[in-house]
Amino acid sequence: MKILVCISHVPDTTSKINFTDGDTKFDTNGVQFVINPNDEFGLTRAMWFKEKQGATVDVVNVGGPETEPTLRKALAIGADGAIRVNTPATDGFAVAKQLADVIKNGGYDLVIAGRESIDYNGGMVPGMIAGLIDANFVNNCISLEVDGTNAKAVREIDGGKETVSTTLPLVIGGQKGLVEESDLRIPNMRGIMMARQKPLTIVEPNGTTTETTTVKFEKPAPKGAVKLVSPDNLDELVNLLHNEVKVI
Amino acid sequence: MSVLVYTESEKGNFKKIALEVASYAKAVANQMGTTVTAITINANDTSELGKHGVDKVLKVNNPKLDTFNAKTYADIIKQAAEKEGSKVVVVSSSADSKYLAPLLAVQLHAGYASNVVAAPTSASPFTVKRTAFTNKAFNFTTIDTDVKIVGVSNNSFGLVENSGSASAEDFSPSILENGVHVDSVDKATNKVSIADAEIVVSAGRGLKGPENWGMVEELASVLGAATACSKPVSDLGWRPHSEHVGQTGKPVAANLYIAIGISGAIQHLAGINASKVKVVINTDPEAPFFKAADYGVVGDAFDVVPRLTEKLKEFKAQNA
Ligand SMILES: Cc1cc2nc3c(=O)[nH]c(=O)nc-3n(C[C@H](O)[C@H](O)[C@H](O)COP(=O)(O)OP(=O)(O)OC[C@H]3O[C@@H](n4cnc5c(N)ncnc54)[C@H](O)[C@@H]3O)c2cc1C
Ligand SMILES: Nc1ncnc2c1ncn2[C@@H]1O[C@H](COP(=O)(O)O)[C@@H](O)[C@H]1O
Repeated sequence: MKILVCISHVPDTTSKINFTDGDTKFDTNGVQFVINPNDEFGLTRAMWFKEKQGATVDVVNVGGPETEPTLRKALAIGADGAIRVNTPATDGFAVAKQLADVIKNGGYDLVIAGRESIDYNGGMVPGMIAGLIDANFVNNCISLEVDGTNAKAVREIDGGKETVSTTLPLVIGGQKGLVEESDLRIPNMRGIMMARQKPLTIVEPNGTTTETTTVKFEKPAPKGAVKLVSPDNLDELVNLLHNEVKVI
Repeated sequence: MSVLVYTESEKGNFKKIALEVASYAKAVANQMGTTVTAITINANDTSELGKHGVDKVLKVNNPKLDTFNAKTYADIIKQAAEKEGSKVVVVSSSADSKYLAPLLAVQLHAGYASNVVAAPTSASPFTVKRTAFTNKAFNFTTIDTDVKIVGVSNNSFGLVENSGSASAEDFSPSILENGVHVDSVDKATNKVSIADAEIVVSAGRGLKGPENWGMVEELASVLGAATACSKPVSDLGWRPHSEHVGQTGKPVAANLYIAIGISGAIQHLAGINASKVKVVINTDPEAPFFKAADYGVVGDAFDVVPRLTEKLKEFKAQNA
């Protein structure tokens, strides 16, 4: 089995979010970038397929040279090779188009992406890839087993879960549950040394155009201070919720 | 040309978000000077839709469609969009709609904007406001394609009622076979799910142990709310994983989020920030959650929660 794990390079959740150039660009100053958390769960599950079922695992990112440390980290965790499509990730569709070509050219059977990235695309890329390459697709995937070309997966739904069976080629939008947090791997020294020898291939983009454009960012209006209500005056809280904000 | 909206139902009844996306579609149609067509799959009574801005309903009824299937459903919505000549398709942010929307986008060659929180700020260029960076910012996005898909964030637009009524028409699209087969669905039917809830009552490690959740459930039941928890609580097995909210758990965009004994770590807030009103109950006045809250009670949950539940019962009795 050939697995491709799509890695989105995102600001760590604890980062301060600021914008520059008249609020049109994300200010990367002082921001720590990480592997998108949903992708980390997927990468760890891919390592299981590699170790237990002899799969090969490549990772891919669509982005500029600044994303290479994130790809190296994925190599240090255990991926066999990395691919970077050398173009900024401008919108979900353009990214999916680039990834679709990587998948076709590489002959991958299983594509593991994250349910969504924590920057600003909002759960578009995995489904679009599946649509573009006409593969089966399971979103919000919290468990995945593969036997030959048959796959069984569990998908989280609103208020429960659903078990599905499907076949390769398959794209998943994965999340926590694929593996547990305690199973996530931190690169060790040996992994980091080995990652230096592993191939990181740079692919030129296919000239896709975008379908959407970010014109401006805005920060939410600063929140007013919290209104404290004394524990001895809970009638007041009920009153505020009913009359002031009308939520009950 | 009409705006097409996919109105989701469950066991024949519309979900609340269906009425919200219908209201949203009406706002878009007004901006564009056109009407609203809804597509429903195995819904019973569609008259509710008329009161929320829908002019015409395309009713699909087929027992083969009893179980949701993203690719098949996307293909049906595509056929409806083509039939209506729709330039804008509106869907919700339910797990199902987020599953099918990217597939539909590819099929319709449509640009898709998800997590949209307000009516378009302009119809041409078609510009929408979305949340970004785990709700720490907004992003204004233009959809540049001829056909556009808007995914509306739950509880962001609200329901708008009017006096209209909708005509209904049976629609029999071709049904695409799909390579993903649903073997079983495991769903708590007697509980409000976090995604559908207008009010969510959530508790954290401050509750000390699973045996103390009775008061949380009681508060939730008085409010008709869903229950949720912080990550350590589900990691410790005190509550099921399906209740875990936050960056790595479920997102919550409720009208009211009540956090009990939760410190307010940034990864927790990332998932619940989109909620409108936040109430925090915590013994520690320095707990970071108070900075993100609208209302706070500094106090012991074991004392405050049962008394708050009593007050709410009285309130409900008076306002019933
Ligand atoms: C990569 C990553 C992802 C994460 N994702 C998530 C996520 O999705 N969701 C999430 O929730 N967390 C997440 N976390 C964990 C997060 O950082 C916090 O550790 C967690 O939210 C803390 O949970 P808590 O508030 O329940 O517990 P604690 O931090 O232990 O806080 C307990 C609170 O209860 C209060 N308290 C104690 N006794 C009482 C009482 N009797 N009455 C009232 N209050 C009381 C205390 O003052 C304290 O504020 C993530 C962390 C990482 C590193
Ligand atoms: N620039 C990118 N390069 C590689 N994979 C990506 C990129 N952007 C998104 N993805 C993948 O798609 C998933 C969902 O992202 P998104 O659609 O941006 O929310 C991520 O978790 C990644 O697996």
